[in-house]
Amino acid sequence: MSTESTTGTVSRADVCAAAIADAFRDDGEIFASPMGMLPMLGVRLAKLTSNPDLVISDGESLFLAGVPPLFATGDVVEGWIPFRKVFDVVAYGKRHVMMGATQVDRHGNQNISAIGDWSRPKRQLLGSRGAPGNTVNNRTSYWVPKHSTRVFVEAVDIVSGVGPKRAKEAGPGAATYNDIHRIVTNLAVLDVRGADDTVRLLSVHPGVGLDEVRAATGFELDVPADVPVTREPTAEEQVIIREVLDPKGLRFKEVPQPEEQAR
Amino acid sequence: MSNGPRDKRMSIDDVVAELRDGMTIGIGGWGPRRKPMALVRAILRSDLEDLTIVSWGGADVGLLARAGKIRKLVFAFVSLDSVPLEPNFQRARQAGTIPELVELDEGMFQTGLRAAAQRLPFLPMRAGLGSDVLVNQPWISTITSPYAAADGAHEELVAVPALHLDVALVHLNRADKHGNATYLGPDPYFDDLFCMAADRAFVSVEQVVDTAGLTVDTPVQRLLLSRMMVSGVVEAPNGAHFTTCTPDYERDERFQRAYAAAAGGSDEEWATFEQRFLSGDEDAYQAAVAAFAEESK
Repeated sequence: MSTESTTGTVSRADVCAAAIADAFRDDGEIFASPMGMLPMLGVRLAKLTSNPDLVISDGESLFLAGVPPLFATGDVVEGWIPFRKVFDVVAYGKRHVMMGATQVDRHGNQNISAIGDWSRPKRQLLGSRGAPGNTVNNRTSYWVPKHSTRVFVEAVDIVSGVGPKRAKEAGPGAATYNDIHRIVTNLAVLDVRGADDTVRLLSVHPGVGLDEVRAATGFELDVPADVPVTREPTAEEQVIIREVLDPKGLRFKEVPQPEEQAR
Repeated sequence: MSNGPRDKRMSIDDVVAELRDGMTIGIGGWGPRRKPMALVRAILRSDLEDLTIVSWGGADVGLLARAGKIRKLVFAFVSLDSVPLEPNFQRARQAGTIPELVELDEGMFQTGLRAAAQRLPFLPMRAGLGSDVLVNQPWISTITSPYAAADGAHEELVAVPALHLDVALVHLNRADKHGNATYLGPDPYFDDLFCMAADRAFVSVEQVVDTAGLTVDTPVQRLLLSRMMVSGVVEAPNGAHFTTCTPDYERDERFQRAYAAAAGGSDEEWATFEQRFLSGDEDAYQAAVAAFAEESK
């Protein structure tokens, strides 16, 4: 595959996987709930490296004792997690979910419900699913495979996932367990601990310029004076990603290699 | 011979004959999984209208919306999973053809059913606080805890209203003629809760067996429904098609793709799909599905 690393550089997808793994590194023994392919890859990478205590599922109803490759089945089972028990764990709090986001705004609110006016949307999406409950109960992160001004908007059309400012405004019932941890994109890693609870840049991926991130963000980002480069995955992590978790290279469908590097 | 519990077997049409315009109907399963599709298809064929539908939605919601059966929809999402956005639901929302909508968090939905099942007016929950669920449904109120937290504060929580149902429709793998029923797949979903939140519940199953047969090769913990929750039992083989009914069958992905393409296509494409699959009774549907499956061989 032409998207495999060239001239010694690490692929962007692998950088994203390691950044997602880092988001789960300090979680301890909790249920890691990834929505989507790269989050699943990152969570499994964390379980094989920085946080072996993570509890992971098959995405259906089983807790898996081992760490199978993406979409593989037949692993040893260590528990049962049907939807009703997922809701129990959400309220219990020992869970970190990484969701997708059609829109994220300056205050870290997320929208997966619909685009436009709620009463008659221009584009109906999934519906708010579990985002309102997740964000006031357990740690929540977002994965954005295509960082752009379409996703990062000044104000989301519909608030599904609640950011820290709105949670505080709603009172301690909402704010006590509100914990928007990371927003990982194909360009950068962010959180919502900027001034006045706004989205803040934590690092930019290797080969990405600060201007590129700013141009792809539809609001004024909180940018610290010194923005580090997102770490590259270690040699061990690269082997795990390439040979154990995703030998078919499915991750490149979600995060293609930027053209400059693929050439 | 002693008198046993009553025999509740009935036909698909018998179930629909029990329904009335304007009723609130809860549909079990989850998204594109173990949905009582044979019963939904029977509603499509009926004259019923102005229904309030309560569902973690999949094609059940899409089909009923396309047919103009829904006056009010209570939902948290509508999805076909492998086709993330349900085209018929999307179309209905964007055209504004569902008059009234209630969009909840998917956990609030469970809490609302639980409140109804416990005959409570509401149950408290965090979900919804700070989100547009409370903005778009301004009639959903919050409640202040009568108990002080450690810091002396009284938390304000969402008072999730009971989702009381006139009727619940669910599909399981096996039942006896009295309404005891087992699920054999990975997840019970919330079918017991739907039944307990409803005045009357009708369960369709892949197979009706005698009572002893329910546990002959299956742990007793899989007996999800007790007959006291159930008003009627319908044997409807392949009745969850095209959703999953593990282990009897998985989702018919090829059929679902055809459904989604027609639903998202032109009016003519949808009319062709309807004519082929939805213009006759359940037997005609199953025959058309079998013919469709033959085409790919």
